[in-house]
Amino acid sequence: MNKTVNQKAWFFVIPVFVLVAFNAIIPLMTVVNYAFQETFGNNVFMWEGTRWFKQIMLSERFHASLGRQFLFTFIILFIQIPLGIAIALTMPKEGLGVPVCLVLMSMPLLIPWNVVGAMWNIFALPDIGFLGHSLNALGFDYNFTQQIGDAWFTTILMDVWHWTSLVVLLSYAGLRSIQPAYYQAAEIDGASRWAVFTKIELPKMKKVLTIAILLRFMDSFMIYTEPFVLTGGGPGNATAFLSIDLVKMALGQFDLGPAAAMSLIYFFIVLLVCWVFYTLMMRNEEKS
Amino acid sequence: MKKAKWLVPTIYIIFLMLPIYWLLNMSFKTTTEIINTYTLWPQEFTLENYKKIFTDSTWYNGYLNSIYYVVMNTVISVAAALPAAYAFSRYKFVGDKHLFFWLLTNRMAPPAVFALPFFQFYSSVNLFDTHVAVALSHCLFNIPLAVWILEGFMSSVPKELDETAYVDGYSFWRFFFKIFIPTITAGIGITMFFCFMFSWVELLLAKTLTAVAAKPIAATMTRTASTSGYELGLLAAAGSLTIVPGAIVIYFVRNYIAKGFALGRV
Repeated sequence: MNKTVNQKAWFFVIPVFVLVAFNAIIPLMTVVNYAFQETFGNNVFMWEGTRWFKQIMLSERFHASLGRQFLFTFIILFIQIPLGIAIALTMPKEGLGVPVCLVLMSMPLLIPWNVVGAMWNIFALPDIGFLGHSLNALGFDYNFTQQIGDAWFTTILMDVWHWTSLVVLLSYAGLRSIQPAYYQAAEIDGASRWAVFTKIELPKMKKVLTIAILLRFMDSFMIYTEPFVLTGGGPGNATAFLSIDLVKMALGQFDLGPAAAMSLIYFFIVLLVCWVFYTLMMRNEEKS
Repeated sequence: MKKAKWLVPTIYIIFLMLPIYWLLNMSFKTTTEIINTYTLWPQEFTLENYKKIFTDSTWYNGYLNSIYYVVMNTVISVAAALPAAYAFSRYKFVGDKHLFFWLLTNRMAPPAVFALPFFQFYSSVNLFDTHVAVALSHCLFNIPLAVWILEGFMSSVPKELDETAYVDGYSFWRFFFKIFIPTITAGIGITMFFCFMFSWVELLLAKTLTAVAAKPIAATMTRTASTSGYELGLLAAAGSLTIVPGAIVIYFVRNYIAKGFALGRV
C-alpha cells in the first residue's frame, strides 16, 4: 500500500510509546546501571566499567548455557517446522474436521506455561506417569530426573507438544490463501505432488513460515517456566538454558553485576538474530 | 495415499491429548491412589480435589486474580494499539520503521532479563502486588503483538474506504469508530484473543510482581507444590481448571484463529 506522509500520525502512536517505554526503558536502564557497577546494597554504587562483561564473556558457565540454548533452539526448529508443514498439508480443508482440528490443536497453546511443565512432569514420571511408565515397561531405562539424555528428550518432546501447533496453524493459514486455480493449472500440466509442493505451496507459505521461525526462535530462546517446572534445570545443569541460568544468578546468588551484564549480552544476541529475520520478512512483504 | 491422509492429524491430536488426559485422570484420583498405584483411569473416582479449590479462598482467588489482570491487560493493550496500528498501516512518519522494530524488540525481550528490575521499579512506584502492576507489565509484550496483528489486518483494508468516507463528509473519528472499526471486528477479536492468551500463560512476571493480594493461580500452584508436600491430585485439578478459560475463548475465535496466528498477513 502506498502510504501518505503525515507527521501527525505520531499522536496516534504516543499511547503505545508511553506504555511500552514505561515498561521497557526504565527497567532496561536499571539493568544497564547494574551491569557497569558494583553494589553492596543501600544504593551505594561503585563504577566497574566493563569488568562484568569481560567476566561473563570469558566464563565457562555462560558458554555452556549459551551452547545448550542454541542446541535446544536448533533441535526444536528442526523438528517443529517440517512437522508443522506436514500436518498442515494433511489437515482437512472443509467440513466438520476443520474446526475440530483447529480447536483441539490450539489447546496446548492456551495452557499456562507452568501447568505445561507440571503436566509433563506428571506425565513423564517413571513410576506413575504414562510416558515414563510405558517407556520403562517397553524395556527402556528411562528416568528424566537423573539421566541427561532423558531430560533432554523429555524437554524437547514437551516443546514439540506445546508449540508445533503454532507452526501448523500458520502453515494452514498460508495454504488456505492459495487460489484453487493454481492447483487446477498444476493438474492440467500433470505436475507431480512434489512439484506442487515446491513450486506452488512452499512459495506461498514463505511469508508465514518466516513469521513461524521468528516466533519460535524468540520464544524458544527465552524459554524459562516449562523446563524450570519440569526438570528445574537438572540433572545438574544439563537443561539450564539461558533464562534459567540467569534467574539463578540474579535471584538465587544475587550476583547482580554479572547477571545484568549477562542480561544485556543475552538480549543483544536475541536482537541480532531477530533483526536478520525481520529484515528478511519485510523484504518478502515489499516484494509481494 | 488419499485414504491415509487423515491419519497424520489424528495421530498428532492423540499425541496432544495424552498429557491432558493424564492430568485430568490424576485430578480425579485420591492422593493415596496416585502415589501407591499406576492406573490408567481413576479406581476411586473423587471430586474432593475440585471441591477443595472451589471452597478454599486462596485457590479460587488465584483464578479471580488471574482473570482480573488478564482482562485489564487485554483492554489496555487493544485500546492503545488501535490508533497506533492505524498510523503504521496508513501513514509514513519520521522514525516509523525504527519505532516498529523497537516495539517488536520488546516482544523479543526475555522476561527473565526484566524480572528483577520490574520488581524494584514497581515497588518504588507503590504498585507492587496490585492487579494493575501485572496488567501494565504484560503490556511490554502484548502491545507490540497487538500492534503487529492489527497492522496486518488494517493493511488489508483498501485505503479507498478511508478516502470515500472523507469525501462523504465523515470526520476522522466518526469514520474510525463508525466505519473502520466495524470492518476489522474479526481482527480486533483475534487480537484480544492473543492478548488474553499471552497474558494468561505468562507466569514469571506475574509471580515476581505479586505477593498476596493479586497472586495469580499459577503462582498459587507453584507455591503449593513446594510447601505442602506434594499434593499431586490437587495440583492436577488446579491445572485442569486453568485449561478451561482458554478452551472457551478458543471456541469463539475458531474460524479466524489460523489467520490470526499469521498475524493477519495472509
